[in-house]
Amino acid sequence: MPRNAVNSRGSTMPEVTLVEAVNLALGRAMEDDPSVVVLGEDVGINGGVFRATAGLQKRFGSERVLDTPLAELLISGLCVGMAAQGLKPVGEIQFMGFIYPCLDQLVNHASRMRNRTQGRLTCPMVLRTPHGAGIRAPEHHSESTEAMLAHIPGLRVVMPSSPESAYGLLLAAIRDPDPVVFLEPTRLYRAAKGEVEDNGEALPLDRAFVLRDGRDITMVSWGAALKETTTAADVLSAEGISAEVVDLATLKPYDEDTVLSSVAKTGRCLIVHEAARTGGFGAEIAATVAERGLASLFAPVTRVTGYDTIIPMARLEQHYMPSVERIATAARKLCQFS
Amino acid sequence: MASERINQELPVVARFEVRHRNCLAPDGSISRPLPAFASDARLLIALYRSMVLLRLFDRKAVALQRTGRLGTYAVSLGQEAVSVGIASAMREEDVLLPSYRDNGALIWRGVQLEEILLFWGGDERGNHFAGPVHDFPFCVPVGSQAPHAAGVAYAFRLRREPRVAVCMFGDGATSKGDVYEAMNFAGVHKLPVVFVATNNQWAISVPIRLQTGCETLAQKAIAAGFTGEQVDGSDVLAIRAAAEDAIAAARDGKGPRFIEAVTYRLGDHTTSDDASRYRSADEVQAHWKEEPIARLRSYLVNQKIWSKTDEEQLAAECNERVEAAVERYLATAPRPRETMFDHLYASLPEVYAAQRRELAGEHDA
Repeated sequence: MPRNAVNSRGSTMPEVTLVEAVNLALGRAMEDDPSVVVLGEDVGINGGVFRATAGLQKRFGSERVLDTPLAELLISGLCVGMAAQGLKPVGEIQFMGFIYPCLDQLVNHASRMRNRTQGRLTCPMVLRTPHGAGIRAPEHHSESTEAMLAHIPGLRVVMPSSPESAYGLLLAAIRDPDPVVFLEPTRLYRAAKGEVEDNGEALPLDRAFVLRDGRDITMVSWGAALKETTTAADVLSAEGISAEVVDLATLKPYDEDTVLSSVAKTGRCLIVHEAARTGGFGAEIAATVAERGLASLFAPVTRVTGYDTIIPMARLEQHYMPSVERIATAARKLCQFS
Repeated sequence: MASERINQELPVVARFEVRHRNCLAPDGSISRPLPAFASDARLLIALYRSMVLLRLFDRKAVALQRTGRLGTYAVSLGQEAVSVGIASAMREEDVLLPSYRDNGALIWRGVQLEEILLFWGGDERGNHFAGPVHDFPFCVPVGSQAPHAAGVAYAFRLRREPRVAVCMFGDGATSKGDVYEAMNFAGVHKLPVVFVATNNQWAISVPIRLQTGCETLAQKAIAAGFTGEQVDGSDVLAIRAAAEDAIAAARDGKGPRFIEAVTYRLGDHTTSDDASRYRSADEVQAHWKEEPIARLRSYLVNQKIWSKTDEEQLAAECNERVEAAVERYLATAPRPRETMFDHLYASLPEVYAAQRRELAGEHDA
């Protein structure tokens, strides 16, 4: 539960974890809009396996916070039907490794309902799921396959990186009139803490956020990998390298202009993501920089990513994920170009 | 004592049965007591007219496809009674979730013939019905609309609206998890939804005996906790009666129902298919004796509420209506190319707006 912390301005603001921020946003959205419905496996009395929906069933009743049968395709398909009928469903998939039965519904229905009916029916749904590795979970609980989702026209793909952005972006996703897949960085659920005022203020979708200003290199990342990326920026700063850190936040559609204007300033672009390299979303950013920002580059666009192998289970997973050292090493190499 | 107990049979914990409904025999004679609505001659004639219109419309659509003026098309030949009979029992405010062969239901509910032609002619505007605005468009990925039907019914329940979702699919769809997952959920919450499986015996080239080991598709509802009924799907009176019962029960809060309409696809799967590759002409010929239009016509003629003159008038009327729709369809120009970006999002993100401008020929400065 929220703890009170003294912020830099000396006032008290509740400090919450990322998963608590998700819970606050869900509660706020349900309070504000009676058409918001939360559904998924164990989201009711159990409050979700990560407690993201804790207390919601008690507050809003079992009709609006409903435990579904154990069927992921069903959860996504129910969301489509509910949304076309004017509800605002927020479905939870317990882990990203279980989202694949939903792909048929996302590709064939959710993302195209508005377009194929020329606006007659729409699909204002959110599908939330924990994303990524690093919590020593069992097999199939550590995937980061966001690029597959970002390839689907008509969809939005959003990934917060802090309690503040989880709260603001989830509110925005629920209020958005189109389908959003909301990927929550699992290993930050409890590790990330921040001050969140439950004021109902959303953050903008389709916008990247500059987390730290810098002049020598742009480091673009999203979700949990931003933790290592910002730590690497600290390390580099001690060595006299000034790194700008961009949190992509919305992957589909992604904010090309913020990335390009940062690269125009620094002349160097390093992309960091936990997902496997081939066809990862970093490739999309690299292509954009090559197409629209080549003239400002001093150094080749570079990626630090997960490897093109199956994400290993607990004993090796830390070697798979981009480490502070890999990120810092790649950044130093880029800074040798001038 | 102990050996006596061991020899006892295991106790039965549940028993189930599946019933079959039929009203008219293939020759149009009455095989079972008719439902109450059968005394309404105007309704019977309306059902008959709709089936005839659908058959003529299909014939015209195939002719358009063969002459390059329509895309791939799925005819309803032989199974007209199902879509027409089901839709006839729905209220306007109910929601239909059709498969791609349920043209008859759309037409009954007020979708314009030229809208259906536009869809099959490759134009999304065909799904922008002026008619039943809450109905779902044709579902092409088989059975994937079943979870939507459960979601729609859940919304009705949540808002306390006395409305029913009606989800139609074919025999092949009953093999998919989508359909079972949706039925299972509907059973848990006793949702106001009716699932209709048109069992036309063939899923393209795969016969029903390779689709399931069950004696009926109706019994699949039992596993989801509600009633499934098998109906003679070439008997529009039986279909309408089954649909009336199921929809009324769903509306009254008695939960979902499942209707298996057993009929036969007399035509090819679509205009891209040649059914002679996988089934014999003799088999098809035998099923022509059961087809729904001749069956109801025999009944109406026997009842002296339909005549040869009526038939000729109807044919002329339907032809005129279809021809007029075809004219309007053919006169509809394609949309400007850049409109493929319209209705992609409520508000088109700038990054795609740039692509839209590029497609339209206005390049970024």
